[in-house]
Amino acid sequence: MEAWFALLVGIFFSVAVYLMLSKFIIRVLLGVAVLGNAVNLLIFTGGRLTRGVPPVIPEGAGALAAPAANALPQALILTAIVISFSFFAFLLVLSWRAYNELATDNTDEMRVAEPVNEPVPPLGY
Amino acid sequence: MAASISPSADLSAALVHALPTAAAWLVILPVAWCLAIGALLVMLRRPIGLHPTITIIGLAGLVLIDGLLLREVAENGPLTMVMGRWLPPFGIAFTADLAGALFAFTAALVALVAGVFSLADVNDSGRRYGFYPLLMLLMAGVSGAFLTGDVFNLYVWFEVLLISSFGLLVLGSEPEQIDGTVKYGFLNLVATTLFLIATGYLYAVLGTLNMADIAKKAEGLRNSAPLVTLAGLFMLAFAMKAAAFPVNFWLPASYHTPRVVVSALFGGLLTKVGVYALVRVMVMLFPVEREELSFVLAVAGALTMIVGVLGALAQTDFRRILGYLIVSGIGSMLAGIAVGGPGGIGGAIFYALHSMLVMTGLYFASGIAMRLGASSSIASLAGLYRRHAGFTALTLMLCFAVSGLPPFSGFWPKVMLVKAALDIGAWWLAAALLLAGFLTTIVTGRLFLLAFWREGTHAAGEAVSLSPATLGPLAVLTGLTLLIGLYPEPLLALIQNAAAGLAEPSAYVNSVFPGGGP
Repeated sequence: MEAWFALLVGIFFSVAVYLMLSKFIIRVLLGVAVLGNAVNLLIFTGGRLTRGVPPVIPEGAGALAAPAANALPQALILTAIVISFSFFAFLLVLSWRAYNELATDNTDEMRVAEPVNEPVPPLGY
Repeated sequence: MAASISPSADLSAALVHALPTAAAWLVILPVAWCLAIGALLVMLRRPIGLHPTITIIGLAGLVLIDGLLLREVAENGPLTMVMGRWLPPFGIAFTADLAGALFAFTAALVALVAGVFSLADVNDSGRRYGFYPLLMLLMAGVSGAFLTGDVFNLYVWFEVLLISSFGLLVLGSEPEQIDGTVKYGFLNLVATTLFLIATGYLYAVLGTLNMADIAKKAEGLRNSAPLVTLAGLFMLAFAMKAAAFPVNFWLPASYHTPRVVVSALFGGLLTKVGVYALVRVMVMLFPVEREELSFVLAVAGALTMIVGVLGALAQTDFRRILGYLIVSGIGSMLAGIAVGGPGGIGGAIFYALHSMLVMTGLYFASGIAMRLGASSSIASLAGLYRRHAGFTALTLMLCFAVSGLPPFSGFWPKVMLVKAALDIGAWWLAAALLLAGFLTTIVTGRLFLLAFWREGTHAAGEAVSLSPATLGPLAVLTGLTLLIGLYPEPLLALIQNAAAGLAEPSAYVNSVFPGGGP
């Protein structure tokens, strides 16, 4: 089970990296969304995958009878989902504003802050 | 069976029973205070006239709290408080040691002077868009990052400061700012995601996120667990946050676009949070792995220094020059972390604190120069000396400080770093440090000659006076720089203790696990 999930996480990461290498901001945005999910799946898999095993120690016993999925990574994911979703929302609005204000979604052409042919600094008085 | 999960279940072994002492509250107070003031400012959305007053009172309070915390930690050693009474490593711990408290105090000081500078820099529309609440939330994130004792919690504070910084960066909504924020936003989000990946692996390998617990457990796992890989992942993530070459390109693309006070805050605080996290993880949690990775870190540091300062040489815009100088300074801190030992780590911490004060001051100077000369390009700025001699003198001192010339604060960390590098035989690293210092002197010297010393051709002439809210913050930061440069012993003693506490974290661990722990 974990091996299949590891493979899935790998696919997610490669898709995310491929998308983020694009010049176009919408693809980068989609890449960021996939990247967030890749990380969440990674942490989820790292916390052990079991089905229908409650992580509760029975009375009288000192440890779990069988390995159960760790609940803590799932709590971490919950936090990470909220954070990555809110960042995604912010970046989506930002990209929309950038498209409206700069009239392009190509990052190569976004050169307002760093103009292309800037003069060199003066060499003397 | 039902009885076993009834409320009578015995939890006494899992909970803290003693009430936290008054001093322990100081660990959490900087964060709680900033969040409370930020929330108050959000509620007072309409009377924006009140915002600056409340913020400056709030930031003065933060300086006081962090000052008390620093005194407490310097006298009695690290302080810990756990959330929800759960014993560590189960409860999230906030632990302040000397390094964290020093960074938090300096950050609060920088934020306070920036708050005063903002009186003349942030107009009503900036206030209406929420400059002051965002500033307080940024400080909550920065303070939390410096004081937390839990790796995942550190990630959360990184995100808090990141989202506040997005808001501050895009405050004016001008095309330039939106362009800068796009690059800053995407690349920083990728950096924190890398941090999250490393955190996920860390938990999968060690089964704990508490820093003191990690420092203890890493010892027994050195032979079986991929700790060098783990440390490498953290190194990449934090180096990207700190803007180290070759993952530094988001910084020069964005730091010159927002309001001057926002540039100053970011230049002073944000990259240093990355450096602090790097020091914390590489030196305290994974010291053996740091040795393994030290060559990578040293090469990255040397390249960051040289590439940064060469970038500064090629710029004409005052604030873009400063952006590259920040990058160059980060290289020196990385070099210190790579060299290690009391001199290297102490030098890196000292350099970071010095850089917080000086870079903020220089950004203030760039803002004042832009206001006096109506331009931000050193090709057209001229004759600022005639317009305000006092401002010129303060800027010259900051230029000396950032170049590492005595008698200013940049000199001592540079001496420590060069000596530490020579002590371990890394002459090329020492040479890179000195070369970067030399080139920085050329950059700042040219800046001063062109913008201040050169005779103005147009619109120059009569002297002007500057308001205390404008010149005061610059004077305070320059004064601190000069003071540290002339009388470094007290700060140096604190920094050496902080570096020793990171290298040998038994006091830190004892503060989290008073009874020896599980």
